[in-house]
Amino acid sequence: MGIQIDWQAFTPISLVGGLMLGVATVILLLGIGRIAGISGIFSSLLKPKRVEMWQVLFIAGLILSPLLYSLFRPLPDIEISTSIPLLIGAGLLVGFGTRLGSGCTSGHGICGNARLSPRSMAATVTFMLFGIVTVYIGRHLLGLI
Amino acid sequence: MMLKNIIGLLAGLLFGIGLLISGMTDPVKVQGFLDVFGAWDISLALVMGGGLIVAIVGVQLAKRQQTSWIGTSIDMPSKTVITKKLLIGAMLFGIGWGLVGICPGPGIVLLGTGQWQAYVFIPAMIVGMLVYQWLEPRLNEFFD
Repeated sequence: MGIQIDWQAFTPISLVGGLMLGVATVILLLGIGRIAGISGIFSSLLKPKRVEMWQVLFIAGLILSPLLYSLFRPLPDIEISTSIPLLIGAGLLVGFGTRLGSGCTSGHGICGNARLSPRSMAATVTFMLFGIVTVYIGRHLLGLI
Repeated sequence: MMLKNIIGLLAGLLFGIGLLISGMTDPVKVQGFLDVFGAWDISLALVMGGGLIVAIVGVQLAKRQQTSWIGTSIDMPSKTVITKKLLIGAMLFGIGWGLVGICPGPGIVLLGTGQWQAYVFIPAMIVGMLVYQWLEPRLNEFFD
């Protein structure tokens, strides 16, 4: 079980994208004093009495971002070959899991780790580890994904 | 309050474009990143790395600031205890993320790129969140 890095798939521009995520996070933190946790912000939309307008607009910004992007460059080719039952199962796990675990790749992975929060570091290690194990089992043992 | 809304929208647009440029919206790349024991695509390590470098600076600035630009207090989560609830949640999220290679932010962005799969994944994610909301009092009791 050796480790082989696929350099042909390597995209250094990912760093630029990452820096932009950082800038967006900082704008939200310094600008309005809030954490850029996508699962948290999105779930607040499901609580009509408590949702704030900026949260609606933040999610609208995410949905409209491909449109803005496509004004400058063609959108990246994205191919998703996942079956419908798998999409549903994974969606349920991601929705329930991010609420139970108080965050996802943004809130814990970027914001929380940047604060050196022990909870976020523990959550990040856990979801990374289980993501890796899931891909290993699903792809190499079961051939499902 | 107008400014707060504009900042929210701008941050959402920038975050979404960052996700598109980074490759996080491409499930093939995400699963390639998680496939440590296969042909490992390490690109997405740069995403968290790049995001963290900027966010660490932001957090340090935030600590020196009394209030946000619009004059509100800066909310930082204060919990420090690592609970079973946190770890089981992260575990379930990790399994779902690995299965399809889509996490919440990229899933929402994919609604805007017109990927039909996002219109299956996001409603399922909403149901998962609603189930949590519905069970929350019992879950809190269970994990207490």
